[in-house]
Amino acid sequence: MDFTPHTEADVAEMLAAIGAAQVSDLFAHLPEEVRLRAPLDIAPGLCEPDLRARLASLATRNRAETLSFVGAGAYPHFVPAAVDALASRSEFATAYTPYQPEVSQGTLQAIFEFQTVSAILLGTEVANASMYDGASAAAEAVLMALRVRGGKSPARRVLVARSLHPNVRGVIATYARDLEGVDVSELAWRADGRVDLPAGDGGDDIACVVVGYPNFFGVVEDLRSVVAWARARRALVVTVTLEPLALGWLTAPGRLDVDIAVAEGQGLGLPMSYGGPGVGLFGTRERFLRSMPGRIVGETVDADGRRGFCLTLSTREQHIRREKATSNICTNHSLCALAFTVCVSLLGPGGLRDLARLNARKLRYAVAKLAGVGLSEAFTGPTFNECVVRAPGASQRWERLLRRGIVAGLPLERFYPELGDALLLCATDVHRRADIDRLAAEWQSAQA
Amino acid sequence: MAIGAGVMATGTETAAASEPLLFEASVPGRRGASLPADDIPPEIAPAAIEDELARPELGDLPELSELDVVRHFTRLSQWNFSIATNFYPLGSCTMKYNPIVNEWAARLPGFADIHPLWPDVLVQGALALERELEEMLARVSGMDAVTLTPAAGAQGEFVGIKMVRAHHVRSGNPRHTVLIPASAHGTNPATSALCGYRVAEIPVGRDGLMHLSDVTPHLGDDVAAIMITNPNTLGLFEREVRAIADAVHACGGLVYIDGANMNALCGVSRPGDMGADVLHINLHKTFSTPHGGGGPGAGPVCVKKILEPYLPVPRIVPVEGGLRLSEDFPHSIGRVRTFQGNFGMLVRAFTYMSALGGDGIARMTERAVLNANYLRRKLEGLLQIAQTEPCLHECVFTDQSLAGTGVKTLDVAKRLLDYGFHAPTIYFPLVVAGALMIEPTESESRQTLDAFAAAIAAIVEEARTDPDRVHTAPHTTRVRRLDETRAARHPVLRWRRNRREPATT
Repeated sequence: MDFTPHTEADVAEMLAAIGAAQVSDLFAHLPEEVRLRAPLDIAPGLCEPDLRARLASLATRNRAETLSFVGAGAYPHFVPAAVDALASRSEFATAYTPYQPEVSQGTLQAIFEFQTVSAILLGTEVANASMYDGASAAAEAVLMALRVRGGKSPARRVLVARSLHPNVRGVIATYARDLEGVDVSELAWRADGRVDLPAGDGGDDIACVVVGYPNFFGVVEDLRSVVAWARARRALVVTVTLEPLALGWLTAPGRLDVDIAVAEGQGLGLPMSYGGPGVGLFGTRERFLRSMPGRIVGETVDADGRRGFCLTLSTREQHIRREKATSNICTNHSLCALAFTVCVSLLGPGGLRDLARLNARKLRYAVAKLAGVGLSEAFTGPTFNECVVRAPGASQRWERLLRRGIVAGLPLERFYPELGDALLLCATDVHRRADIDRLAAEWQSAQA
Repeated sequence: MAIGAGVMATGTETAAASEPLLFEASVPGRRGASLPADDIPPEIAPAAIEDELARPELGDLPELSELDVVRHFTRLSQWNFSIATNFYPLGSCTMKYNPIVNEWAARLPGFADIHPLWPDVLVQGALALERELEEMLARVSGMDAVTLTPAAGAQGEFVGIKMVRAHHVRSGNPRHTVLIPASAHGTNPATSALCGYRVAEIPVGRDGLMHLSDVTPHLGDDVAAIMITNPNTLGLFEREVRAIADAVHACGGLVYIDGANMNALCGVSRPGDMGADVLHINLHKTFSTPHGGGGPGAGPVCVKKILEPYLPVPRIVPVEGGLRLSEDFPHSIGRVRTFQGNFGMLVRAFTYMSALGGDGIARMTERAVLNANYLRRKLEGLLQIAQTEPCLHECVFTDQSLAGTGVKTLDVAKRLLDYGFHAPTIYFPLVVAGALMIEPTESESRQTLDAFAAAIAAIVEEARTDPDRVHTAPHTTRVRRLDETRAARHPVLRWRRNRREPATT
């Protein structure tokens, strides 16, 4: 099957118009040494029924029905049916980047609304049109902090909480690796699971401090003390929120004077889809605007004075500035940003807070049930819908539950050797009380 | 205007004259979602959090009914051009048709509802799909190994140049310079700078091509790589590509081929045979994932054996009885995404490639090039072609033939919107003054191409008889030309309660 409209007569007439005898003549000028002389070694095409059978068969080999208590950066939540119905409209899905604003007002207004929703949830003065995902947003935030704290005697140290998602730390390390003089180092955690800020480190060579909010262990960092510590050292504070629903429960980072707040938006409106595509939220102070990476939509007026929207401040970007650009990024995750905006619009402030409260209570219910079968919380700091639980022999029991179709959280030993027999457990609104009861009962019966 | 009448149904005039922002339509207390039932015993309280950390202020989020939200976004959608409604002759950006079956596949619960950190035994279907997609991309490009992780072409370039650097660092000299032709996309120099490289620009010959003689003076042991787009941004095949690649290799440099747009090459020529050590492929340009109004995309990177150790993690590796993700690659450049990549887009591209098969993929390229040459022939009498060399999947025109009318490229682009066609890519490549870059893709019919050529003919005629009509275009779209200077000088980037009203009339 292919999707070209050409009839044989079309091809013949078009070749005649061009003055070519056959299609291969159009490639005749390619040098012999780079010509492919064999057919592509790829199986023949499939008709639609066979194609769908093939895809359905691959999809069935994934165990999507598994009862899972894994969050760790990708969160299952209820999504109203209207979200996908609207975001999948072809007029949005198959539109190009809105360089011609006169015929892209739909996409542009939706992005302007996304920027507003992002800024409200992050508590920042401004937000961009979105980034690839939470981790790339975090890495771009670090690069931006290095630019803001650049100048004559630039601050080149980046302090990252070890309790930040290991994959986010990995991406930051990759982005920062080849930058001259940049040093990335880690901050330990305290017994309550919050970041340990070394009182003795008093240098003004720190560009930024990066913490999760909540952190990877589900613990809500005390941003007041992080900000105070950083202010005394002229360092910027970057927060990374991978569960966007937490922003319906916690004080927005910008309201606590955080300089750059980023988030992953997947949890509100997007399927987990094996980790992508998601959408990165990126907010900061107005005075840092010209250092901010990514696309931005602004409001303006047209020739008749009517309100309209267009891409703006593009003099920061690669197609104008080339090697002097703030980033090489040239897309956002527009369609995912749209789904996020539709979802938040349907929930509204009341729905968001109620859904967040339900999540916070589901976790407490799970923690109480699991305490009854010997699993105890590892950290004392406050949590939202995710926390670390431990028990001797937990790894073996986790394996047994997997064979029974339950993923009892994420084993942490692989990421933190010092956290053997610890599981990162997430409970959300998709978990019915009976699911949580089943987890506890199976844990009980899976004797090590 | 006779031809305009038949093609002017833009979809834009059907919508309301204006649509308030979500926030302006908000009514306190209104709800639009039916939340999951609360089945937790009432005595279970959320964890206590310090007061200052537990005060979300969400009052400014909109409060709307489901119907409010449905009407709002349905109306907004009607203000967009899209592939589903209009022809986009966008050179280099490639707006081909996005088959609906791709969307069906990506939404299968077995693909949509799986967690990226689940044990590999639960996601064997996803890993098998990715493995097979890697294999197909390797065969189309003539390369040895593939990562599907990068989120977009720009991130693919970043990954590619990072790998180049890792290779040179491991060999003892990171080198300092990346060679880039003047016709290159802006991402190429931006990426090189992001990876700590200095850029040396290679001039483009009068024939629009890069020549070995212009590259040779720059060669030496400080050259880390050359980045070549082939066909280049003029739509021309770089005939000396192999000789240039050999010369760069001879001084220890590597060859990056920007394979973002493979539409001219599939089944005809492989970057691997041109001497590429690394290239990225934008799945939305060649393998039909939707542009989404600016993303998400996916930018897989293909490498030769020499760079395989540096591919980002995680990678898919075969194990007994299946596949698994592995991070055990000590020379890898590391991780670039929170998880494995834009899997939903990979499913769409896999679906498309499986539908076409090897024969269909080759036919796709043939028809893309046939369409471009046909449209070029139709337009040659109307606009000045930038280069007389044979073109492949796209061609570049200039506004020179309109000199004296006062009508410029931007005016032609805007007037096309009135005729129901998206504008071509304009003022790019930078090496052509007043460029109009046109790529019809294989999706469009001869009738559509004829209608587009007729619209250009009408606009060229208008430029002579009624230039003001063209200067002030567009006339039929929901908004007219926007004041982009004002947007940049006085940035209004979000809605705010109680702010001063914008100067609307």
